[in-house]
Amino acid sequence: MSDGEIRTDGGTTSTTARLRRNLDQLTVEDVGLYVVLAFAAAFYLVPIESGLVTSFKTGIAIVETAPFAPPGPSGLTLEKWQTAIDALLRGMGNSLLYAVPATVISAFVGSITAYGLTIPTWKKSYKAVVLMLIIAGIFIPYQAVLVPLTQFWSQWAQLDQVLSFVWALGIDNDYVGIIELVITHVAYGIPICTLLFRTYYKTMSEEMIESARLDGATLRRVYRRIVLPLSGPMFAVVLIYQFTQIWNDLLFTLVIVSTESSPAAPVVLILAGLGSSLEGQDFALRMAGAFFAALPTLAVYIFFGEEFAEGVAA
Amino acid sequence: MLDFYRRLYRAIRPSSGDDEAARTDGGVVSDGSAADPVEPDRDATARLKSALDRRFGSDFMESSIFWLPPFLLMGLFVYGAVIWNLLISLTDYQRFENAPDYSNLDFEMYTRALADSGFIDAAVNTLILLILFTAGTLAVGLLLAILIDRGIRFENSFRTIYLLPMSLSFVVTAQFWLWIYNYNNGIANSVIGTFGLGPVSWLGNQDIVLYAVIFALMWQFSGYAMVVYLAGLRAIPREHYEAAKVDGASTLKMYWRVIIPQLKGATISAAVVLMVFGMKAFDFLYSLAGGYRPPNGADILATKMVREAYANLNWAYGSAIAIVLFAMALGVIGPYLVYEYRRDNL
Repeated sequence: MSDGEIRTDGGTTSTTARLRRNLDQLTVEDVGLYVVLAFAAAFYLVPIESGLVTSFKTGIAIVETAPFAPPGPSGLTLEKWQTAIDALLRGMGNSLLYAVPATVISAFVGSITAYGLTIPTWKKSYKAVVLMLIIAGIFIPYQAVLVPLTQFWSQWAQLDQVLSFVWALGIDNDYVGIIELVITHVAYGIPICTLLFRTYYKTMSEEMIESARLDGATLRRVYRRIVLPLSGPMFAVVLIYQFTQIWNDLLFTLVIVSTESSPAAPVVLILAGLGSSLEGQDFALRMAGAFFAALPTLAVYIFFGEEFAEGVAA
Repeated sequence: MLDFYRRLYRAIRPSSGDDEAARTDGGVVSDGSAADPVEPDRDATARLKSALDRRFGSDFMESSIFWLPPFLLMGLFVYGAVIWNLLISLTDYQRFENAPDYSNLDFEMYTRALADSGFIDAAVNTLILLILFTAGTLAVGLLLAILIDRGIRFENSFRTIYLLPMSLSFVVTAQFWLWIYNYNNGIANSVIGTFGLGPVSWLGNQDIVLYAVIFALMWQFSGYAMVVYLAGLRAIPREHYEAAKVDGASTLKMYWRVIIPQLKGATISAAVVLMVFGMKAFDFLYSLAGGYRPPNGADILATKMVREAYANLNWAYGSAIAIVLFAMALGVIGPYLVYEYRRDNL
């Protein structure tokens, strides 16, 4: 579906190009263009590619072969991946434990917030104030809220004690960090989710909603029957975006869970310290770990790359 | 809070279709206790409601159930926390004290910051990083967008490749660049080695490390700038290109005089987002060093704040640095929001 869209605007672009090509049958310029594009592609791919090949190399192969060359048969090993997976697997589970609920909740909350601020009619100037406050929330450097956040979770909201019945079941009480992370990520995810949904709702057909309103439908009914069913494409974008953001975030995990030895440590926290020891850095292990930790976001990106690109542009 | 909403809801719409649902779940919580007191309340809430609606617009009260609770949650965590942070920065809160002592407020932490050469260095580095990273990323992104917009084949593949680094987290890309900048057998040194230069200690030399970090960040985010510019280029009517061609303008001149000036909106929105990414470079530097202390010469306010607060336990000092960082962010975002508001884009 989206493929067709791309092709149409790609088509209009190429009319000028074709015009030019007809004018001067010369393709030297075109060749130059593709060479430049290929070089740029290499520039973006080489760091990733060299990381990938390095993750399969033995210690000797790392020293002997070029960084971006694949290892020879004697220098090939899966041992680093094995070690990386062993070290990171529990972190993957922990990350999923908060990333999935936080993503789903913040997308839903963003959708209803955007709906309340877009479709219903109330004074524009007041709406703008609320919107400004929300949009400014996207750009706040999180450092500005870290110390209060630590205070809030450690001194004020004693979730640890409220959930004591859960720890009685034999779950480690470090997992309170997972719940704190879900709430934190939902709260700080509201601004961006609201903005994304708002850009989408602004383009929605007004007639349909207005006629439903005239028929006496409440705002709640309009949302449930009209707006929500039409929000599918934007939900895809927001879910992808939020998932990568939350999965990749290091700062909040660092201050809320804090140690990589905690049983509730998310994958990013373990990865940041992986493969560095007193004897120096084990680059192959670091690369293998980096790829393993990136697998979920890479999968999301590869399967939904088109939607991701459109969401970023919006 | 929720209960208030339910009561209000019932008072406002006694006979709507959705009321059934509202009453069933509202009933569980408040039926017994609130059934009678609601009666006198109803007039007051109804009057309040109509007064508010007159002031704010016809759907104000009814729509508030959608946006107000999330807005309050966000406001508490963002603005409440920033104000709290400001308060903490005025105390002397440090070490293992359980809570800050709010009785004795002063600007000691800010004077301390001005006397701390580490803070000044970090502030300067932050500015260098923000300006160079944003300008460089925009330039590379614009160039790529223009090249891709020239009606090439495999456009989607190229676009996907250029955007690929952005899908990776700072934690992951930091590992790649650590390997590339590695002194003994990193790619950076073998590339400049073919020109007879180097080897350079990219991360060890404190005059170079900041620029090495900026380069790595540009690699990661220029794809984003490209996507934004590409959308901007596609919005420019074809006639502008053709008119410039007919006038005999060279390709370079056409872009410089006709096309680029029309990309002002795209530039501003991309620049704001990139600056925010730049301020969040903490994750990258933390993973590069595997700890709170980034390589010498690459300390920025974001890393210094976290280090002061969480490694040295100087909570109040960390908060003061955070306020400075916040003020810098505000200096970027404030004008941007006013600009968007004026253009009716909010």
